[in-house]
Amino acid sequence: MRHIISILMENESGALSRVSGLFTARGYNIESLTVAPTQDPSLSRLTLVTSGSEEIIEQITKQLNKLIDVVKLADLSEGIHIEREMMMIKLRAERTQREEIKRLVEIFRGKIIDVTDTSYIVELTGASCKLDAFVEAVNADLIVEMVRTGPSGIARGSKGLGI
Amino acid sequence: MELSGAEIVVQCLKDEGVEHLFGYPGGSVLHIYDAIYRQDAVKHILVRHEQGATHAADGYARSTGKPGVVLVTSGPGATNAVTGIATAYMDSIPLVVLTGQVPTPVIGSDAFQEVDTVGITRPCVKHNFLIKDVKDIALTLKKAFYIATTGRPGPVVVDIPKDVTDPGIKIPYDYPKKITMRSYNPQAKGHLGQVKKAVNKMLSAKKPVFYTGGGVVLGNASKELTELVDELDYPITSTLMGLGAYPGSDRHFLGMLGMHGTYEANMSMHETDVLIAVGARFDDRVTGHIQQFCPNAEIIHVDIDPASISKTVRVDVPIVGPVKQVLRDMLRVVKEHKKKPDKDVLAKWWVQIEKWRGMHCLKYDQNSDRIKPQFAVETLYKVTKGDAFVASDVGQHQMFAAQFYVFDKPRRWINSGGLGTMGFGLPASMGIQLAHPKAEVALITGESSIQMCIQELATCQQYNLPIKILLLNNGYMGMVRQWQEFFYDSRYAQSTMDVTPDFVKLAESYGHVGMRITDPAKLEGAMKEAFAMKDRLVFMDVVVDPEENVFPMIAAGKGHHEMYLSPESELV
Repeated sequence: MRHIISILMENESGALSRVSGLFTARGYNIESLTVAPTQDPSLSRLTLVTSGSEEIIEQITKQLNKLIDVVKLADLSEGIHIEREMMMIKLRAERTQREEIKRLVEIFRGKIIDVTDTSYIVELTGASCKLDAFVEAVNADLIVEMVRTGPSGIARGSKGLGI
Repeated sequence: MELSGAEIVVQCLKDEGVEHLFGYPGGSVLHIYDAIYRQDAVKHILVRHEQGATHAADGYARSTGKPGVVLVTSGPGATNAVTGIATAYMDSIPLVVLTGQVPTPVIGSDAFQEVDTVGITRPCVKHNFLIKDVKDIALTLKKAFYIATTGRPGPVVVDIPKDVTDPGIKIPYDYPKKITMRSYNPQAKGHLGQVKKAVNKMLSAKKPVFYTGGGVVLGNASKELTELVDELDYPITSTLMGLGAYPGSDRHFLGMLGMHGTYEANMSMHETDVLIAVGARFDDRVTGHIQQFCPNAEIIHVDIDPASISKTVRVDVPIVGPVKQVLRDMLRVVKEHKKKPDKDVLAKWWVQIEKWRGMHCLKYDQNSDRIKPQFAVETLYKVTKGDAFVASDVGQHQMFAAQFYVFDKPRRWINSGGLGTMGFGLPASMGIQLAHPKAEVALITGESSIQMCIQELATCQQYNLPIKILLLNNGYMGMVRQWQEFFYDSRYAQSTMDVTPDFVKLAESYGHVGMRITDPAKLEGAMKEAFAMKDRLVFMDVVVDPEENVFPMIAAGKGHHEMYLSPESELV
């Protein structure tokens, strides 16, 4: 099963490599990893998407917790949470295709953020599956390039992951 | 007090109570060595190879419980230390390893003797640091010692660039007395509710067995374990790493379990209905085939590391906490409990165990004109009255040592269990002897293992370390040869040590005493003679039966009940 793990860690050089190194060393799956500082500059917030059996996920969270730089950790998939990922996708958009792409972008509530005679760049935010659906819906021949941030997650409700 | 970075490093070690520092100088640590030169509180032990420094510090740590401290230079100094760091990591041994680094302005430029030490050591340390500012030295070293010695212990590497130790820059020095880290809070206490749950299961067990490991030794919980086992009158088996935590000569003790464990230990594991695992990590050499492991048992697992719980084997009652405190709580709960173990049921279990013990699975035949390695270890036990510190290298001799030297005290049996590092023994013995100058230290080794760190014989001479080396010389990498005999139709690919030095002359050339022993009848006399030379290192080259094998044996992928007891036997 797919799990989204949220990690609060010391914002120190090498901290990220401790996380990624753990995954390669122990042979765990890593689907995506995003990291950025928080309102407290000494802390980074990291969102990691992985998959595996319950036993493996249990080991992953324990091993992550064991890293000295990890301050707090939560498996968001255990509760109700919100997941967002951002994608920028460059599409070939010539005369006949332009209207159809615009309609599709509207349906997915995306934005066209760059226009040339022959191309659009579409910005789209949502759960990863929504982004997948958009990519699916677009004619594959039209995709020039795409870039995705990987999902970030946050638990619903008033409680926060803090120290 | 204003000190330079180099002086701060040394002062921190003093304030940490470090007596011995194992190291080897080089360009990046010259400032630190100069600071060492100008004091005498911290004694520096000059090894002959950085791997030796880490193993020596490791032996020091294992035999005392105090952290071992190492100082090496950047680049090759650091990479040579890696094997020793990984060895300590696998067996959870507290080390603080200081590595020199090229000056901060040139880090990343492929400077002379530069390697990414933090990157290279990351997967084999508990934690590591790169110090970028002289102001951070004291706090970082405090953290390093704190992390290395608390919770599940382990090695910590501190990488120190040369400019950070510049003697021209002096700053006020203050060593923190206490430290707290928001990201590191080792579990302080095992949950009492879980302890009670565990005790309930223990007291209603029909075929209980304790399975204990290195965690009991590391957690200094030998006394607590012994009291609990004796109170319950339950049988106990131990991993390679846990030997000595419970007295090996006590009738409750079934010997070591696992791949080369005893028949009674492994059969008890297979039949038990309540397994009490304490400070052990269900390693593959212990469990054998995981699906066949303890098929009838409910499992209680006490460990300080939550990640050890249910890592390979699902457990029923996990207790995360220091083994010493948990065992103490267990004993209290057992004593206060209304329910007592059913004496009749337990008596039946003991009858069964004694039947297994009656198989005498460790028997061997010394009716030969060649010295059997088992006989050599038994003779060592006799000559040292079972009271020596015994280090070993890795291979057949290690297993013979574990099977035939009976350890009654913890921290007496020192070997590389997890990583299985050949070359560990000699430098580890140096650390033990330095920590216990008056004690008898014996090294059981093989002609292949010892050659991997043989250069340390010079260090032994320099510091007058009267180690007694028992080299079980069979002319093979014995364990490799044994596997090739069993699983590769005796095709001994590259496992023959055709060329070895004359160890007697070699020992003598380093200034030690050398002996060559071939006759079983003369072994005991020679050994007594060796141990009588209290202030000399004696190198006993004992020529043993070359094709003796280690039994019992569970082949990889087999269950505990499927053992080979002898070359002739089928699976029993």
